[in-house]
Amino acid sequence: MTMQTIYLLIPTLPLMAAAIVGLFGRQLPRASAHWLTILGVAASFVLSAYVFKHVLDGHVFNGSVYTWLISGGTTFEVGFLIDKLSATMMVVVTFVSLMVHIYTIGYMEEDPGYSRFFSYISLFTFSMLMLVMSNNFMQLFFGWEAVGLVSYLLIGFWYKRPTAIYANLKAFLVNRVGDFGFLLGIGMVLFFLGSLDYAAVFSVAPQMAGNTVQVIPGVDWSLMTVICILLFIGAMGKSAQVPLHVWLPDSMEGPTPISALIHAATMVTAGIFMVARMSPLYELSTTALSFVLIIGAITALFMGFLGIIQNDIKRVVAYSTLSQLGYMTVALGASAYSVAMFHLMTHAFFKALLFLAAGSVIMAMHHDQDIRNMGGLRKYMPITWITSLIGSLALIGTPLFSGFYSKDSIIEAVKFSDIAGSGFAYFAVLTGVFVTAFYSFRMYFLVFHGKERWMEAAHHDAAHDDAHGHDEHHGLAPHEKPHEQKWVVTLPLVLLAIPSVVIGYIAIEPMLFGDFFKGVIHVDQAAHPAMSVLASHFHGAAAMALHGLQTWPFWLALSGVALSWFFYMKRPDIPAAIKQRFDLIYRILDNKYGFDSFNDKFFAAGSRWLGNRLWQIGDVKLIDGAVVNGTARLIGRLSGIIRQLQSGLIYHYAFAMIIGAFLLLTFFMKV
Amino acid sequence: MMTELPIISLAIWVPILAGILVLFTGDDRRACLARWLALAGSIAGFLATLPLYTGFDFANGGFQFQERLSWIPAFNIHYHLGVDGISVPLILLTSFMTMVVVVAGWEVIEKRVAQYMASFLIMSGLMIGVFSALDTILYYVFWEAMLIPMFLVIGIWGGPNRVYATIKFFLYTLLGSLLMLVAFIYLYHQTDSFSLTDYYQLPLALPVQILIFFAFFMAFAVKIPMWPVHTWLPDAHVEAPTGGSVVLAAIMLKLGAYSFLRFAMPIAPDASHYLAGFMITLSLISIVYIAFVALAQRDMKKLIAYSSISHMGFVTLGMFIFNPLGLEGAIVQMISHGFISAAMFLCVGVLYDRVHSREISAYGGVVNTMPTFAAFAVLFAMANAGLPGTSGFVGEFLVILGSMQVNFWYAFLAALTLIFGAAYTLWMVKRVFFGEVANAHVAELKDINKREFLILGVLAVLVLGFGLYPAPITEMTNATVTQLLSHMAHSKLPAGF
Repeated sequence: MTMQTIYLLIPTLPLMAAAIVGLFGRQLPRASAHWLTILGVAASFVLSAYVFKHVLDGHVFNGSVYTWLISGGTTFEVGFLIDKLSATMMVVVTFVSLMVHIYTIGYMEEDPGYSRFFSYISLFTFSMLMLVMSNNFMQLFFGWEAVGLVSYLLIGFWYKRPTAIYANLKAFLVNRVGDFGFLLGIGMVLFFLGSLDYAAVFSVAPQMAGNTVQVIPGVDWSLMTVICILLFIGAMGKSAQVPLHVWLPDSMEGPTPISALIHAATMVTAGIFMVARMSPLYELSTTALSFVLIIGAITALFMGFLGIIQNDIKRVVAYSTLSQLGYMTVALGASAYSVAMFHLMTHAFFKALLFLAAGSVIMAMHHDQDIRNMGGLRKYMPITWITSLIGSLALIGTPLFSGFYSKDSIIEAVKFSDIAGSGFAYFAVLTGVFVTAFYSFRMYFLVFHGKERWMEAAHHDAAHDDAHGHDEHHGLAPHEKPHEQKWVVTLPLVLLAIPSVVIGYIAIEPMLFGDFFKGVIHVDQAAHPAMSVLASHFHGAAAMALHGLQTWPFWLALSGVALSWFFYMKRPDIPAAIKQRFDLIYRILDNKYGFDSFNDKFFAAGSRWLGNRLWQIGDVKLIDGAVVNGTARLIGRLSGIIRQLQSGLIYHYAFAMIIGAFLLLTFFMKV
Repeated sequence: MMTELPIISLAIWVPILAGILVLFTGDDRRACLARWLALAGSIAGFLATLPLYTGFDFANGGFQFQERLSWIPAFNIHYHLGVDGISVPLILLTSFMTMVVVVAGWEVIEKRVAQYMASFLIMSGLMIGVFSALDTILYYVFWEAMLIPMFLVIGIWGGPNRVYATIKFFLYTLLGSLLMLVAFIYLYHQTDSFSLTDYYQLPLALPVQILIFFAFFMAFAVKIPMWPVHTWLPDAHVEAPTGGSVVLAAIMLKLGAYSFLRFAMPIAPDASHYLAGFMITLSLISIVYIAFVALAQRDMKKLIAYSSISHMGFVTLGMFIFNPLGLEGAIVQMISHGFISAAMFLCVGVLYDRVHSREISAYGGVVNTMPTFAAFAVLFAMANAGLPGTSGFVGEFLVILGSMQVNFWYAFLAALTLIFGAAYTLWMVKRVFFGEVANAHVAELKDINKREFLILGVLAVLVLGFGLYPAPITEMTNATVTQLLSHMAHSKLPAGF
């Protein structure tokens, strides 16, 4: 088997499995849905690992698979670029996807849409692989929108729920706003850089760095800045950066396995991956990097705050994802692309773990997702408990855990960055550490420790998440106890917990400071020296962990954990009092800063209003009423007048004839 | 030459003769025979168009398979046919869609089956005539003649308000056509010929070109339809039976765009350049304004009709930015819109046949009772929203890339369709297909039968196929587009201007 065949098989195996299960799912036995798709994605994972090994040996592949279309001298191709960046993504995507596939057997066990679900997640794996393996912008956009499609289908998986089908439409449209900018960016790349092929674009770009473009006539903007910001708007949609983040919390309407796979580990990181891939372009525009940095910092901090007040277990994790995506974006803005990729990878493991663990808890609680109704679960679900703890420790950046290495590197990189906005970003990521630790351990304590509140909740059928209709029975029945899940659920938790602990220690040196990304990620050392300064401070992973104990982030995280323990374990009256006292702040947070209501009122209702006006006034009244039917009326009226002439009275006609003859005679006589 | 088969004539006359044959089956007692005959005729008609593809010389941008016979020698009128890379894909689309329409009307049409089927077969031949006529009088005859069967289809098998719709449709289109005839007569006086190829060489002063352009504009803009002469289309669609809507959207709209490429642009290239800004403005209004209007629709057919207008805006935009990306994007968009709009109207037809309502509010939760159908509907909706991997993406993508090379803001406005196209399409999908079963009608729905599955399945394969591999279309059009653009680049102003 040649390498090319392997490259081709990696995305197509999941696609074939998805197609078979999707088309014939109802004819095939139920178990074949998971066997076929797991076989596909497992093979894809093994092959990806093999390719990764191959790439580590220095083999890079860049070639086309087929010509999509040729038009006007531009060739659009479907092709693969297999280098360390894409190989890393391929391994991460297929591994997490495999874990989620296995987990789904347990989570969706009783769902009538069992085979449909497996078909979708395999289709997602295909789309995501096409995105990361692409060697050109066209295919990138294909993968970009295809993952959006699957996300749409999966958020609305339970299509009977009004909230789910609201959320999936919203997700698709908000993503389309991002894609709108992305497509314009691609259009500018083709026009100004003359190709859609990465290699060709990257080689031409440096010569165009000084060029300007007049988007608004008379105003010169740097070409690279405009291109990079337009492309980044796409990333803002997909990677849920403020203000296009609004779809991600609502996407939690989808089943939990896909929240882990799509809305935490892989799809939402597509924007991060894209910017890292485009590093040769972004390095040419410090302005664009500043823009990226500031957007990321805002997301990292302000979305973290929202995590504090959520009571739905999935929403806490969702806001934490938003905040972590902000961290990655900050790293991109600080020209620390490799650090962003590093955090992307560690985050994929520990966040998938946290989501799947949350799913396990949700199953144990019979689909009650309110953390206020949980508590003390550690006794009943030990595996879920330990793995959740590992995930949380990784998330808050406990030294030696994977999240520590990646997050600390981001904070350090921002510290050494000197582009505009880096001061604010440094403040944001530092504060974010405290916030992250606080909300993560708030959730952890409320779920796994303390009083077993589900005992009471079961009796008076306490507040369920409104989002989930009354159609399903939620919560534990009286005297029922939560219990640990089957191995298909716990095995993925364990398998994800391992990299969540060790991957940072192993990977930091080669990935960040070795030549792992050499020739793939391009950093202009002179203009953006953060990474090289960072490298000079690095003396091995163990030393870094040791040093970590003396730095701000560690103490901030520790105090966050301590405070949440104090608030939610010792003195639960204090947060309640704070909530009362700072009612205004609470309401701002509860309204998620008002983004949703603004979008609903201004964009959604505004568009409908405008559409109605244009239709009723423009089409119906003006064009049809005045012009079309008006013309008909005018002709009608004219003929009404002319009809008077045809009176049918002989003397009228005779009179007209005489006058006519008289006039004609006069006319001819004169000549 | 004479020993060769008159391939284009066969493509035109096989369906027309088949249609006449179907008429002879008489009244509805022999409806079954009429259906099978019509199916055989439409398949024969499709097969008759295949040689145009298999024998096509891809490197040749000029007219191929030409046939030229004297018709009315006194006025130098010829029966002159020929096709190039722009017309062949459209002809194939026409003959293919005729099969689809025949199958789609199979058991749905119960009264006057023979006449219904015959109308579509005859219309198919006449439309292929429009796509291949190189003599302007011949073209004009086909152009007007094809209106008659469509007029009948809407007038006889249409909805309650069909009389208003047909009259509006007929007057709108007739009024435009008359000015086109005037232009042809003027050109005849200049050249003593009705031959299109003679007009291509004819130098014309700019004011004359502008007048000619506007005469053509009146005829073609109505047909596409461009804003603001579009209001006949939603009415016609709403009243037309499903088959009528399919042909109207899939093919008739393309006649206008095709004719711009065939007549207005090469005959009056300087006027086309001079008025490009005007055409682009109208196209962009079509794309953006109509998208908003579509958002406000409560009737599914109206919504899709408005969506068609918006998508056709991409076609005219692509044509008047005068670059290969735009022009080929326009052609691909025409073909793709043929499949997608047809599929969308067929989907509405499937629902209408069962519930007898086109109101969005009459539905809800259809996926619960018709899961297979819903899967198709979501696929076509996504294609309508221009999702990559479906044919709906290709044309819009190329046109947006092409317009970026002319003006950032053209691309900006056109790309808004990414948001609004998705908004009106998916919002409709949400309201019709998702949610709980809304009412008793929806609860009683039966999923699509084999016949419906076959049609939608074939269209789905085509939509995905051309989305993943659109090269076959552009391979056909490349040479012709290059030739047309180089023709357009040369001024036809008389020496001294």
